[in-house]
Amino acid sequence: MTDQTAVRVVLVDDHRMFRSGVRAELGDAVEVVGEAEDADQAITVIRATRPDVVLLDVHLPGGGGRAVLAALVAELPDVRFLALSVSDAPEDVISVIRGGARGYVTKSITGPELAGAVRRVADGDAVFSPRLAGFVLDAFAATTDVATVDEDLDRLSQREREVLRLIARGYTYKEVGKALFISVKTVETHVSAVLRKLQLSNRHELTRWATSRRLV
Amino acid sequence: MSEPAEPITAALPPGELPVRRLYRSSDGRVLAGVAKGLADHLGVDVLWVRIAFVVLTAASGAGVVAYGLFWVFAPQSPYEPAGQPRERGRDLTMLLALGSLAVGLVLLLTALGIGLNPGLTVPLVTVCLGVAILWRQADDDARERWRQATATSQGPGMLRAGIGLALVLLGTAAILAGPANGGGATGGLVAAAVVAVGIALVSGPWWVRMARDLTAERSARIREQERAEVAAHVHDSVLHTLTLIQRHVEDPREVARLARSQERELRGWLYRPAGGPGGSAQLGATLEAAAAEVEDAHGVAIEVVVVGDCPLDDRLVAVRDAAREAMVNAAKYAKGAPVSMYAEVEPEQVTVFVRDRGPGFDPDTVPGDRLGLRQSVVGRMARHGGRAIVTSSPGEGTEVQLEMPRDRSPS
Repeated sequence: MTDQTAVRVVLVDDHRMFRSGVRAELGDAVEVVGEAEDADQAITVIRATRPDVVLLDVHLPGGGGRAVLAALVAELPDVRFLALSVSDAPEDVISVIRGGARGYVTKSITGPELAGAVRRVADGDAVFSPRLAGFVLDAFAATTDVATVDEDLDRLSQREREVLRLIARGYTYKEVGKALFISVKTVETHVSAVLRKLQLSNRHELTRWATSRRLV
Repeated sequence: MSEPAEPITAALPPGELPVRRLYRSSDGRVLAGVAKGLADHLGVDVLWVRIAFVVLTAASGAGVVAYGLFWVFAPQSPYEPAGQPRERGRDLTMLLALGSLAVGLVLLLTALGIGLNPGLTVPLVTVCLGVAILWRQADDDARERWRQATATSQGPGMLRAGIGLALVLLGTAAILAGPANGGGATGGLVAAAVVAVGIALVSGPWWVRMARDLTAERSARIREQERAEVAAHVHDSVLHTLTLIQRHVEDPREVARLARSQERELRGWLYRPAGGPGGSAQLGATLEAAAAEVEDAHGVAIEVVVVGDCPLDDRLVAVRDAAREAMVNAAKYAKGAPVSMYAEVEPEQVTVFVRDRGPGFDPDTVPGDRLGLRQSVVGRMARHGGRAIVTSSPGEGTEVQLEMPRDRSPS
């Protein structure tokens, strides 16, 4: 747990102005131990500093956030990645999540919300913005022919769907827990399960959905 | 037959610039620049390459085949010095070179065992000369297009084309006259084959080059069009908005509104799937448009998430209007707090949530002005067969839930 010590964070973004802005907004909530402005530099800095969380921009010179994820996710399993981007294009969101990021937030997020998201990712939980929750609901649409997908990975449980719906409606995890009469910890468990399905599922529906949105 | 590709691969040191391409040189060439290009490529004197070609030609005419293959497949050097006029005397040298090529070709045919009537040899050589000149001409045309040059050498070019054509006609006529003079059926067959080969030789390289040029031109044109489209869009939207923002520096609300609407527009342009749903007749697009209107009118940011989509019908228009009313209310009373709209299309029904994090209110003591919400949202939904639920408590914000069963009849 990281409740007492500050979370060690590396910022990866190609805009220096943005990095300093995030640094200022996060303030004392986290300890920024490194910064990088392209994929190669990011890989070097992350290897050297071994942070708890990497705030990773999706669009980077030198292969983008995906290149960083591809290089480091298997090598450094203790480093968690949180994608941070101005883009809310489905292809960007889904590609970084499937690349191994533990969450996705857009750059319009407020400072306290971002600090909360960093802490949550550091604790091993997933962070879903309303938009990401919407994408997931869209991808795992309810209209699936049940006979073709009976694997655990390929379907969302009713409870997971309820949780995602509330997140898509703009509820915080705490509010979701209150609305469903479950603890925040249970909400986090559900969201992590959804993240795992999103990363591992190769279900037909997800592929088709991705294709229809020009994803690979 | 010796392999013409052999010396190249042997002379290229492994690992050294494998992407270096073989070009036909136009600088210091005699015929098509093949020998000079090869010499440049291999780093040897051009004389050695020419001697090699002559020797290979003597050896069953392989040199001719090799030369022809290089001619077709090696592109013209793009680095050639522009505007270098060709000398007059060059044409004679070229004719000589062509002649020797033609002799080589005849040797080759003989070596391949094609029984040549001695009487056919002279016309055949003539045909080959004509074909070669036409071939050369086609090459020049291609080169002219590359360089976009002004029509400097059009007169001589036309002349050469005419001579080439005349030679082909003359040779063909001579061959065709052959059988009538007692050449026999074999001679006729050979004549037909020669004409066919001649046509193929004249047009073949030209088609290859034209296809190559067309591809290059088309991709260049597409790139140019895309660039122009992006430039036009950036000019019409982003630059325009930046100008407006500079004019409104003293009005933060207006600046925020301009920036937000420009951001929305740019996002839509960048990320909307091409050819995907986006028509105004779809529920998702119309809800986004409604949210955009409210954003512009009230200067708040509304986060819109839509899951699924379906065509708009009368009942969904009512949902759209009710959602817009709910967003207007949220924008008015949330006092700048974030507003979000979530819409989900399911097989049986459409559900829309409009939520704000404003001060909220106690539903039991509804203020009079909130009656507008009751009328325009709750009443409208009920009239169209749906329902609206308003949830709010002080300090918790407000959420309006709209539910509308979907029309099951095909629309």
